Amino acid sequence: MIRTQLDQVALNVVDLHKQFSINEALKGVSFTANRGEVVALLGDNGAGKSTLVNCIAGKLEPSHGEIQINGRAQVFSSPSMAQASGIAVVYQDLALVKEMTVVENLFLNNEIKHRNVILNRLGWLDKKAMLKHGQKLLQRLTNMAIDLNMPVSKLSIGQQQVVALIRAVNVGADIIVMDEPTTALGNEQYNHVAELIRLLSSQGVTILLVSHNLVQVKALCDRAVVLFQGQSVADVSVSECNEMELLALINGVMQDETSVRLACEYAR
Amino acid sequence: MKPIASLTAQTLVYYAFVLTMMVFAFVLGDSGFFSSENMLNIVRQTAPIVIMAIGFNFALSVGLLDLSMGAVVALSGLVAAMLLPNYDITFSVLASLTIGAAIGALNGILTVRLAIPSLIITLGSLIFLSGFVRYISGLESIPILNQSFLKLFGSGDLLGIPTLLWWVLCVSLGVYIVFQNLQFGRHLLAIGANADAAYAMGINKNKVRVMAMSLSGLCAAFAGLLYAGRMQSARYTMGESELLTVIAAVAIGGSSIFGGQVSIWGTVFGVWLIGMLNNGLILSGFSSNAQMMVKGIILIVAVSITVKARKL
Ligand SMILES: Nc1ncnc2c1ncn2[C@@H]1O[C@H](COP(=O)(O)OP(=O)(O)OP(=O)(O)O)[C@@H](O)[C@H]1O
Ligand SMILES: [Mg+2]
Repeated sequence: MIRTQLDQVALNVVDLHKQFSINEALKGVSFTANRGEVVALLGDNGAGKSTLVNCIAGKLEPSHGEIQINGRAQVFSSPSMAQASGIAVVYQDLALVKEMTVVENLFLNNEIKHRNVILNRLGWLDKKAMLKHGQKLLQRLTNMAIDLNMPVSKLSIGQQQVVALIRAVNVGADIIVMDEPTTALGNEQYNHVAELIRLLSSQGVTILLVSHNLVQVKALCDRAVVLFQGQSVADVSVSECNEMELLALINGVMQDETSVRLACEYAR
Repeated sequence: MKPIASLTAQTLVYYAFVLTMMVFAFVLGDSGFFSSENMLNIVRQTAPIVIMAIGFNFALSVGLLDLSMGAVVALSGLVAAMLLPNYDITFSVLASLTIGAAIGALNGILTVRLAIPSLIITLGSLIFLSGFVRYISGLESIPILNQSFLKLFGSGDLLGIPTLLWWVLCVSLGVYIVFQNLQFGRHLLAIGANADAAYAMGINKNKVRVMAMSLSGLCAAFAGLLYAGRMQSARYTMGESELLTVIAAVAIGGSSIFGGQVSIWGTVFGVWLIGMLNNGLILSGFSSNAQMMVKGIILIVAVSITVKARKL
């Protein structure tokens, strides 16, 4: 893997809090993700992973704390604002419009419009250009055979995930957040998705991956940030931990950030 | 449009259309049903209903319903009829259309702001407006004498084709293009099919929904002008009973009543089909009771086929 600008911080989350009416889902989450890094976001059910993802995605407004993109603090009050800052989210349900075709989904709200000034103003679609551009994207990013004119509902789950990821690239995202995307995948399909994730990271895209599958995390991620009851409790290099150790952190056996090593040993 | 091949929600209406023609050819062979005069008559009579049904598609496309159309038709016709004696035609027409679009937008705003089903909101405005048109008209019909209005929206023709048919074709083509070729149409359908996905991709779903409802109101208002033009007067009952026809026609035409899928030409043929059935049933000696029963059956058959086709 080529990792050129690894030290450039792409995403910096500082002391993030999120208060819902009765409970506080996030009580101080801090971590960074560098350019081209694949960072796992781990945590037990209800630890606050999805809430964190939604804050980064602009779906929820944090009640306290800061999200910095490329060193600048951002306040997102809608998904489109997060999108404008280069963040794309691939949700578990993939947020694809199943009734629409692959190319229609790839360019949803990012349509290529006709060159003619008047038609362009009207929002007239340049369907040919979208097909051409879509074909190029597919060729560049995956060797899965995907028919651009096929309704998404007819694709396999793996193909749908690849489409969702490629759409994220197509909107110009340099930070892609994935909330449990690989849960429902068979092995071969998972490999296609993993390959794409590696390719994207090698091209400088930062990937934040929420996952419960520690084997996949070990194989795919550079670093893991662990949430426990709404707090970030550990930030470890994946290659220096085994699955058991990660599990110990997730289960909150050891919550002291400074003694991750100890936690790992405790797990043994 | 795909070539007509298998029987799907989208092609159903064309089969039904041809089948009906064939049945009537046997039953009504020499009764004048197939005279071009009668056919044009059906087209004229159904013109306002086609426009209503197309407007209904705007609401459906984003997953909403607009029942208030029934009363907006009457309101628009009455407003035009009341303004025409004192103001010029452009102003009167624009006033009617603006009121329709504004009512639609208000329906949309209430629906998205209060997060109450559009069925309830628009049922409320239907009832309110039905009362209102009775109040402002005093239960009287208001005659329209303005000749250019009557030519434009009623009895006139252009190149030998009735203006009412021109309106139907132009509006249908325009709306077809919106859904086929414009970004706005894509966004409407995306919201209707999967509002969360559309929102996640940064589409302002509330704004688009309000616009869709506004367009549906605009179409209803335009239908009101065509009604008034054809009848040379406006009456509080205009459009009231056509809501059923509209829903049946849209359903058989292949638009999904659950949102996210519209079929504009299917809708046009759906209205024509029901118009033909009505006309043919009358010529065969059936009462309007029979017509209603037929409409009810069409609605159930069409929707069940749509639902089946979606599950496949
Ligand atoms: N909209 C909401 N209103 C109130 N509480 C919420 C809301 N969303 C999440 N929560 C609560 O916040 C906490 C964190 O939830 P979250 O969905 O972020 O967890 P998670 O880590 O994604 O869990 P999982 O692994 O099950 O997906 C939970 O206690 C949850 O009940
Ligand atoms: Mg979750």
